[in-house]
Amino acid sequence: MAVAAIRVEGLTKRFGDVAALDGIDFEVPAGSVFGLLGPNGAGKTTAVRVLATILRPDGGRAEVMGYDVVRQATAVRFQIGLAGQSAAVDANLTGAENLRLIGSLAQMRRSEIAPRAKELLARFDLTHAADRPVRTYSGGMRRRLDVAAALVARPPVLFLDEPTTGLDIQSRTELWAVIRELVAEGATVLLTTQYLEEADRLADRIAVVDHGRIVANDTSTALKAQLAGTVIEIGMETEERAGRAHELLVRAVADHPQHDGVMVRLTSNEGPSALIETLRLLDANSLTPATLTVREPSLDDAFLALTGRRAEGGDGETGGDPSDDGEAGEAAAEPPVESRSARRAA
Amino acid sequence: MSATVTTPRECVAPPRRSPFAAARDAWAITGRNLIVYRRIPTLLVFTLVQPIVFVLLFRYVFGGAIKVPGGIPYVDYLMPGIFVQTVAFGATNTAIGLATDVKSGLLERFHSLPMARSAVLTGRTFADLTRNVLVVALMAAVGVLVGFRVQTNALGFLAGILVVLMFAYAFSWIFATVGLWIGDPESAQAATFPVLAPLVFASSVFVPVSSMPSWLQGFATYQPVSVTANAVRALMLGGPTLSWVLQSVAWCAGIVLICAPLAVRLYRRAS
Repeated sequence: MAVAAIRVEGLTKRFGDVAALDGIDFEVPAGSVFGLLGPNGAGKTTAVRVLATILRPDGGRAEVMGYDVVRQATAVRFQIGLAGQSAAVDANLTGAENLRLIGSLAQMRRSEIAPRAKELLARFDLTHAADRPVRTYSGGMRRRLDVAAALVARPPVLFLDEPTTGLDIQSRTELWAVIRELVAEGATVLLTTQYLEEADRLADRIAVVDHGRIVANDTSTALKAQLAGTVIEIGMETEERAGRAHELLVRAVADHPQHDGVMVRLTSNEGPSALIETLRLLDANSLTPATLTVREPSLDDAFLALTGRRAEGGDGETGGDPSDDGEAGEAAAEPPVESRSARRAA
Repeated sequence: MSATVTTPRECVAPPRRSPFAAARDAWAITGRNLIVYRRIPTLLVFTLVQPIVFVLLFRYVFGGAIKVPGGIPYVDYLMPGIFVQTVAFGATNTAIGLATDVKSGLLERFHSLPMARSAVLTGRTFADLTRNVLVVALMAAVGVLVGFRVQTNALGFLAGILVVLMFAYAFSWIFATVGLWIGDPESAQAATFPVLAPLVFASSVFVPVSSMPSWLQGFATYQPVSVTANAVRALMLGGPTLSWVLQSVAWCAGIVLICAPLAVRLYRRAS
């Protein structure tokens, strides 16, 4: 029997004219990981801030472990740990001092605080830096301390608000391992992320958020099946040639190839055969592509599939990674998502 | 929700909060705010530079041209005013400290913790009070070095210092409000000057109010910096004391009564 650790019903929150949350509903069974996936400004952080009792919602209800986030805010605060962009650590305090401060403010018994801080510093590989001011920490260390701070009082529910944004691949992989351990220990985790892969790896269920609404809410497997397919992008020399290529492909290969300027784009569940078929067809019609890209779907593609338009906002490259390593880099770890771009002379 | 939750991690029953919980939280935040002076001692040094410059400037540059009533030496007139001026300008730290916490996101984390809602503000103002104790003590030493002599007695001096600290604490609440309202350290610092300048300069801190134009005298006589400087002066140098002390206490009480609820409201919304 799954008990809901988090229950959200018709939650709304406006900032001026902008509906940051435009009526969202979801439930997170205890002991599971729930991913809120969406671009910057989708409303993910607002949802976390409401659930963490930082913001009052304008409408709807939200419960954490059965306590109402508005009427029983103090009780909720005993159930939760918060990390990520909604929270911070004090740069002037050492790592150990930060954790002890949080322990004290979380009303832990005095005798338990120091050992717990020590244990967490060891677990997050920060023992060597325990007595150094946080201002001397690297970005990855600071983020690990931030997550450790959320765990000090052993709360049953964790909110991780984009915990790995801006981290390098190694720090990200380490943090993922920690999150998996926490779940294995029985924590309920609400994770927000801009990365499809992160949600895919960690979350039992994923809700895709866009403009304050949930546009999809499913298991990662089901969602992936929905989004699955290899994306083939063909660039032609002229729009006219692209138009002709598009027409050919509409009839022969895919259901809905898209045509935008000199680009033609199609998604197929049978990537390799679709690619062979496409190239054969184009070659037979003397339409040699100028550029050709084959890749796995990105968050951008997910958005296109779910909302029928491209994700807006974000850090330039929609669905892309604001950190230097980028999606292609992080993807190298698991399913062989290869981003091959072949450029041919016509 | 039923009690037969079969999940691995049980709901944490919110413990009954002890009556000391709020004090314990405030203590924790006070300590946290004071650690910065141990980490970056230059912060404290720079807090002292400006008042020392004022002492030297007025004692040795302008002082000769300033006539004070009662025939007392100017340095004796000046130092009680300097104590008040120092803590008034020092209250800027309260605004900057809170604005920094708003901007860094630390207040968001505090909001999500089951701590006393009052602790962030009391912890901030207590830390600033502690810093002021140190600063005023050092300024008193500087005063002695430049020739300041208490003319009443040790009790008068200590009572004067207490009035200075009471005033410092009340002023912290004005700037706690400013800092939370503005929420950005640089802007908060900029915003404090237009508030402080008229209070500190159009006052009896450096010159007797009677030397000012009559349209300014009304404000300059009764505003909080002046009455507090006068109270401290009376306690340390002699003369009618009770009225000034009562006026200063009234101002401080009024400031806290207005600003504390305002700051608490802003804190609840700050995130």
